[in-house]
Amino acid sequence: MDHVNIFIKAIFVENMIFAYFLGMCSYLAISKTVKSAVGLGLAVIFVLFISVPACYMLEKYVLKAGALSWLSADFASIDLSFLSFIMFIATIASIVQLVEMIVEKYAPALYMSLGIFLPLIAVNCSILGGALFMQEREYATLGEATVFGLGSGVGWFLAIVALSATREKLRYSNIPAPLRGLGITFILTGLMAIAFMSFMGITL
Amino acid sequence: MSTETVAVPAKPKEPKEALFSPKNKRLLYDPLNDNNPITVQILGICSALAVTVKMKPSIVMAMAVITVCAFSNVIISSIRNIIPNRIRIIVQLTIVAAMVILVDQFLKAFVFDVSKQLSVFVGLIITNCIIMGRLEAFAMANKPWPSFLDGIGNGFGYGLILVIVSMIRELLGSGELMGFRIIPESLYKMGYFNNSLVIMPPMALIIVGILIWIQRSRNKKLIESK
Repeated sequence: MDHVNIFIKAIFVENMIFAYFLGMCSYLAISKTVKSAVGLGLAVIFVLFISVPACYMLEKYVLKAGALSWLSADFASIDLSFLSFIMFIATIASIVQLVEMIVEKYAPALYMSLGIFLPLIAVNCSILGGALFMQEREYATLGEATVFGLGSGVGWFLAIVALSATREKLRYSNIPAPLRGLGITFILTGLMAIAFMSFMGITL
Repeated sequence: MSTETVAVPAKPKEPKEALFSPKNKRLLYDPLNDNNPITVQILGICSALAVTVKMKPSIVMAMAVITVCAFSNVIISSIRNIIPNRIRIIVQLTIVAAMVILVDQFLKAFVFDVSKQLSVFVGLIITNCIIMGRLEAFAMANKPWPSFLDGIGNGFGYGLILVIVSMIRELLGSGELMGFRIIPESLYKMGYFNNSLVIMPPMALIIVGILIWIQRSRNKKLIESK
């Protein structure tokens, strides 16, 4: 039951975009059409699903205070947590590169459709944000961390698809010229975030 | 006898650019308005929205970003010719991450309460698109000194928006600026209320949207075509 709770919470209550504004840059830049939004969203789900558990293992067996004690009792006093930024980002960047190579080799059609979005994901704040939130909230098991990663990814996917669908419709409306494009998108996201605030306070 | 000294044409020296030549100055000023990282380039929005509830953390955040952006630009630009192209993102991220760790430890040591307020967002400077964006777009193709100016300029352009947004939010949301009370008590007695909606995260988006509107209505060349 815990897993379902974490999953739903990560999608709606703690939505990466509407509650924390993570991954905003690519969210605003690549939401012009639904097609590319779906591609990027799927890639984000995939990378979060793999990288959050990987960072969890790293945190548990290498970085946390006393985490190295499985290697030898002498290491029990070592605390490497100040290295977590550099380790996490290196892990994420290499996972993204790995995913890129695997997809290129085994699913060329998918690779073509994702295009440049795959390498861009390395610098998507929501991936590193997912890893850092995982560290901050101290999930108990690998399963919980994985479910959290998957849920955050799905939440991000939903947000970007919803925005891009609205933007496609917006093209037909008469917006004041200076507000056109980026300005109205900001305000639109703000209104969507207010709508998502109604999920706040739901305790699961 | 004439000892005409033939004027030896001076060796064509490489035109040395002054440290603050007009071109370099543009690097510094452009990001403040015409090429602002937040309102025009759509870079670094995530952190800009989350830390702007109060002015103090947003000023600290702006300083942190200026530092990281300037110095990582310099480092990347000085080693740009020896970075293999395929793994450049990992190299860039590692250097940025090292800079961010320095800044993070510095903040923890000297302004611990602010560093607690900023929580994960100091770490997220690593993936702040301003830094990666400028590294990719500028530092990989230019010499260290222009890159340094570019980093400073973009950091300031980012900081400018941060300070404006946080000023609006702190003034309307809690009636204070930098922790000092601005709106007098007497006004509250007459029935004035702080607007608690402004403190909510979605309002940050709407304020930035309105800022973009104001900027583009004054600076017509930024208006997007239909």
